Amino acid sequence: MASKVIHAIYTDDDILMQAVKQVRGERYHIEEVYTPFPVHGLDKAMGLAPTRIAITSFMYGLVGLSVAIVMMNYIMIQDWPQDIGGKPSFSYIENMPAFVPIMFEMTVFFAAHLMVITFYMRSKLWPFKKAENPDVRTTDDHFLMAIDAGHHDVEKLSKFLYDTGALEISLIENDEDH
Amino acid sequence: MYTLPSKLKLFAIIFMVVGAIGIISGFLTAPSTTAEVKEMMAGHHEEGHGEDHDTATMHDVTAGSATAGDHGDTAHDSEEAHLEHTLHQMQNRPWSALYIASFFFFMIALGTLAFYAIQYAAQAGWSPVLFRVMEGITAYLPIASVIIFVLLLLSAFHVNHIFHWMDPELVNPESEHYDKLIAGKSGWLNVPFFLIRAAIYVLGWNLYRYISRRNSLRDDTAEDNRWFKKNFKLSAGFLVFFIVTESMMSWDWIMSFDPHWFSTLFGWYVFAGMMVCAITVIAMVTIVLKSQGYLEFVNDSHIHDLAKFMFAFSIFWTYLWFSQFMLIWYANIPEEVTYFVTRIEDYNLPFFGMLVMNFIFPVLLLMNSDYKRVNWFVILTGIVILLGHYVDVFNMVMPATVGTSWYIGLPEIGSILFFFGLFVWVVFTALTKAPLLAKRNPFIKESKHFHY
Repeated sequence: MASKVIHAIYTDDDILMQAVKQVRGERYHIEEVYTPFPVHGLDKAMGLAPTRIAITSFMYGLVGLSVAIVMMNYIMIQDWPQDIGGKPSFSYIENMPAFVPIMFEMTVFFAAHLMVITFYMRSKLWPFKKAENPDVRTTDDHFLMAIDAGHHDVEKLSKFLYDTGALEISLIENDEDH
Repeated sequence: MYTLPSKLKLFAIIFMVVGAIGIISGFLTAPSTTAEVKEMMAGHHEEGHGEDHDTATMHDVTAGSATAGDHGDTAHDSEEAHLEHTLHQMQNRPWSALYIASFFFFMIALGTLAFYAIQYAAQAGWSPVLFRVMEGITAYLPIASVIIFVLLLLSAFHVNHIFHWMDPELVNPESEHYDKLIAGKSGWLNVPFFLIRAAIYVLGWNLYRYISRRNSLRDDTAEDNRWFKKNFKLSAGFLVFFIVTESMMSWDWIMSFDPHWFSTLFGWYVFAGMMVCAITVIAMVTIVLKSQGYLEFVNDSHIHDLAKFMFAFSIFWTYLWFSQFMLIWYANIPEEVTYFVTRIEDYNLPFFGMLVMNFIFPVLLLMNSDYKRVNWFVILTGIVILLGHYVDVFNMVMPATVGTSWYIGLPEIGSILFFFGLFVWVVFTALTKAPLLAKRNPFIKESKHFHY
């Protein structure tokens, strides 16, 4: 099914923010906004749901902590409780201070790396991935808002976008599925 | 302008009166002769046989090497010596309880002063709306300084014996109590120098507090930023002075309770505990004032920032606690490790309980960004953190002064209540003395609109 999208290009992030608010106010659907840098408050203006990545990170940290505890309990206490320099290997708790640095680092390691991998997967980023940039200038100094034009009057929408401060407005017809 | 609610005044007075009763009864019930100790221990015997036995073995260990050879002959002497030992511990208890509570509230005021100076020196944009709250809290510093200095003077004049090293017998080579280790440290640990140092610290801190407060008030009516600049420079200078004197203060006022023991990161450790308590109190006072409608420009984001500091400094404190503990535990050098041996054996619950209160509880409660904005969460965590750090100071002082004869009873709780009442009284009275918003601070506008 062919879909129509309007690309509106802005050159200022403040104008972009205003435009996003106006477009949302008119109940048009914003497909995506491309910016060269993080625009503070843009996600709120677009009404995007807050990220849950911190929660995943916390859970990964717990996994890392568990891995560290189970690993060292098995190696140092259960499997071969050797006397190394008089350290008490009778139970995990007795020798715990010596394990804390590893427990800490494993927690951080799991929390950080698995969170980053989660981020890559959720935002579909990997090497050799084909860039999805609709206009090369959006990585330099232009801002692009893509609005779904499906059921709207394109003329009216263009006029409205022009009034919000857009410098260039183009209609993109997409044959591919979304 | 803030007006002191009359209920709060009454609240503070009730705390002070109840606390004073607790303190006095603590002094009255302390035994004055070994016979009384014997009686008290006999009364205790049925309930706590195990604990009593521990005390006896502990004492044997300390006196052990000397009496090991002729133990049979000196059995009676050793019992008398043991009673004497317990007597000293019991006599120290109300003094230690008083000292701990007064130091605890003192360190809240001092920590707030350091935090305040950091905010000035760092030119923080979020905190100027809280400056008057911080100044209100530091108003307790002069009073706390006087109290603690008087307590140190009382020790110096042998009214109490919580500072063991002040006993002149210990540094007298002729005496049978001669202690070579303490004598070797007498270049630093001697009473006149100790008092001179204490006076320098206290005067330096109070001077900064006085001048910075005066400049901050003058800034409200000034034409230019002269007073702000002065405060900026003064704060930077104070922070240098502070970190040196704070470190020395922790050796003098806390570490010297265990004059045979030493630790290099002790100053930082005390500092971290001080900062957590101070920031927690700033947050709590802010929330209280805000809830009464006095801090118009304080919003959730300010509370969020304070809660972040509470969270981060709790972790920092734990990091230092663990670094100190783990290094000593790992190397297990007898002269260092006794510090933790006595604490783990005799103070097991307070020693590990404070870790739960000071680390696990705040970390779990304040990790979530949304929870940091929920006022009652911050208050709840704050109460646990403050109690936890009281126990921390308790753990630093009590094992050295009262040893196994510790208990959290009348003298301890009475002292906390008394100083809490005094603290609330002084702080909230000071808050009425100036408008709660620093008017002309160059960052005040940014601070009013601060959001996270």
